[in-house]
Amino acid sequence: MAEFLHMGGYGAYVWAAYTVFVVVLFADALMPLWQRRNTLREIDARLRRESNRKSTP
Amino acid sequence: MNRLVLWFHKIGSPPTFYRIAGALAPWCFGIAIVLGAVALYGGLVLAPRDYQQGDAYRIIFVHVPCAWMGLFAYGFMAINAFIALVWRIKLSEILAMASAPIGAAFTFITLVTGSLWGKPMWGTWWTWDARLTSELVLLFLYLGVIGLYHAIEDARQAARAAAFLALIGVVNLPIVHYSVVWWNTLHQGQTVSLMGQSKISSSMLWPLLTMAFATHVYFFASLLARSRAALLALESGKEWVRGIAQAREAHAHG
Repeated sequence: MAEFLHMGGYGAYVWAAYTVFVVVLFADALMPLWQRRNTLREIDARLRRESNRKSTP
Repeated sequence: MNRLVLWFHKIGSPPTFYRIAGALAPWCFGIAIVLGAVALYGGLVLAPRDYQQGDAYRIIFVHVPCAWMGLFAYGFMAINAFIALVWRIKLSEILAMASAPIGAAFTFITLVTGSLWGKPMWGTWWTWDARLTSELVLLFLYLGVIGLYHAIEDARQAARAAAFLALIGVVNLPIVHYSVVWWNTLHQGQTVSLMGQSKISSSMLWPLLTMAFATHVYFFASLLARSRAALLALESGKEWVRGIAQAREAHAHG
């Protein structure tokens, strides 16, 4: 296991590269979820404002 | 109208696309993760050590697929940008703009992992040679497209302006690809070739190709998810989007 992590002396470079790969793509995958939630919240708030305006004469 | 155009109009209608994309995206994400895990295992554990570069060469299994994806995403963006400009199809605008951040992410990974590979092999993090410089230009083109898209208030006008910039940037694609042939660069020549013999053993080739496949599937997963989010924002006044928002609200409070 230690030898595997060591990567023949290049461990820092190899693991850093793989970490960047995973972290960046993970962030990329989360972004649309977050965007979608924000948009739906905004629409929700707007719909609620509209219905409030209608119910108070 | 011929059948293909009709089909495209049906798929391209926002509510239909939103629904289909919503059904496909989780599968794409799942397949990409499984394939990616298999490729990582093959590349990090099963593939033998390189006789020249030792274990440092293992960076190839993320570096090269991401570099391919940087070019692929740009090509995809440019084709959709062209369709958006000529036929003004809303879905093409969305697809073009959704592929920009994914391509930028892949290009960013390519540059960083390349730098991490260059330091132990060449003794430097960065050098202004043709391949590295044109790849950096590719990242800036992506950032330019994203920046322009967000700088203009009207989303559809913004998409058309950004699509135009994306089309101009296409000239950079052959420069990136052929830079290692046209110029004498520090960057090594291509290892894998579609036509002709690849200069790599099969025990190293299969994890590389598996990862390439995984990143392609990932691209479409992220593309579908981003397009859905963008469609909701663009069509927020429309009835079908209100329906989705209300159903979500009812679900949250019900």
